[in-house]
Amino acid sequence: MKIEAVTISKLTKRFGRHRALAGVDLTLRAGRLCALLGPNGAGKSTLLGILSTLMRPSSGEITYRSDGKEQLAGAELRRQIGVLAHDSFVYGALTGIENLQFYAQLYGLDQSAERAAELLTKVGLDDKAQRRPASTFSRGMTQRLSLARARLHDPTVLLFDEPFTGLDRAGAKALTDTLVQARADGRIVLVVTHDLASIGDVTDHVVVLRRGKVVFEEEREQSFSAAVLKDIYHRYTD
Amino acid sequence: MSGRRRTTEGVGYLRHVSAIAWKDLRIEFRSREILYTMTFFAVMVVLIFSFAFLKENKDGNVVEVADIAPGFLWVAVLFAGTLGLSRAFDREREGDTMRGLLLSPIPRSAIFLGKAVAIATFMLVVEAVIVPLIWFFFAAPMFGEPLILVCTLLLGTAGIAIVGSVFAGMLLRTRSRDVLLPVVLYPILVPLLIAGIKSIGAMMHGAPQESWFWINFLIVYDALFLVAALWTFESLVIE
Repeated sequence: MKIEAVTISKLTKRFGRHRALAGVDLTLRAGRLCALLGPNGAGKSTLLGILSTLMRPSSGEITYRSDGKEQLAGAELRRQIGVLAHDSFVYGALTGIENLQFYAQLYGLDQSAERAAELLTKVGLDDKAQRRPASTFSRGMTQRLSLARARLHDPTVLLFDEPFTGLDRAGAKALTDTLVQARADGRIVLVVTHDLASIGDVTDHVVVLRRGKVVFEEEREQSFSAAVLKDIYHRYTD
Repeated sequence: MSGRRRTTEGVGYLRHVSAIAWKDLRIEFRSREILYTMTFFAVMVVLIFSFAFLKENKDGNVVEVADIAPGFLWVAVLFAGTLGLSRAFDREREGDTMRGLLLSPIPRSAIFLGKAVAIATFMLVVEAVIVPLIWFFFAAPMFGEPLILVCTLLLGTAGIAIVGSVFAGMLLRTRSRDVLLPVVLYPILVPLLIAGIKSIGAMMHGAPQESWFWINFLIVYDALFLVAALWTFESLVIE
């Protein structure tokens, strides 16, 4: 079952008296790469947290429509979502392979060892690296392991929260290529980032959040260049 | 058909629980950080109490201490268990792996139960060390009724692990969690501790009927909190 669209309707999230999201309306479509921009504290990570089911909204609704038109929820929904955040979600004491095998077990995947090894090789972690404890990995290697973990179960929705943080140029390029491939594969891709250079020329849907509200949204057939993204960002956040 | 489906779902649930528990045990087998810390702490508690509270008569023999040994046993188990809970859940903060677990499609209550099983295992290892120490230093007749001793320790440990895992998971992202965990946990564990102390005390005094009463109490306590924990864990960890 593949998610074709995610529709967010009047989404609000309060933490005590602080309103992190104030009525967000948004639709994310398959085969699109959406950049979610905004200053610190705009509500970007909160929105991502709700989309990934790690948080509950205070009010409003999110609808995940599958190709069978039915609404997905619960475990079936979580099976379709992959998240790559600044934190790796991997266990330092386990090796790269062991981390992926563990997550493969949680996602009910067969042939977990083969799939794990294949994915790790795809993200550029060689056999030696795969068998080292993840605590010995560099930041770039950890990010690659984390990317393999996010893609392990072949999700149709990919959510990235500041994924370029701490990556060198080569790592950022590799990640950008992954985003492009995911979009080409017809997945729904949402990236929260301040690294406009890395997502320039690959983003075809831009949303700017400020103080929990959408202050700008545009979809194009052609991608937004980094310069245009920068201009949009400064225009709506300064 | 529905019965077979429930059985399959049940087996799947237990598989998820064991995956979580085995992951924790495997990590601990490599580092032994939690086990060493818990065991060292529990042993120190027993040693310090043994020097502080034991009295010797004129012949140099230890005065009968069956009355105080059960209390010290459960204090040592409780303090070591709290240390273990704190450390086991701190591991899920490094790399934010708790979020990784919550993102997976497994029932969220299975995460709690898997963690509780692992922590209970650590605590049982510690108890295997400190029960003989208490027998030795307090001259306490701990092994007269082994079935009562084992049942009491198993049920008491399970209760601490169940209640402790819920609160440790709930406090995972709280700043003062190391201080707050005992503050919220200990009052709720008072009935369990009383039952554990009474059961072993009665065993030492040769009153097994009374021990079985308190073991039944522990069964009810554990069952109630297990149901409550399975029901509420997800709402406690999802903001």
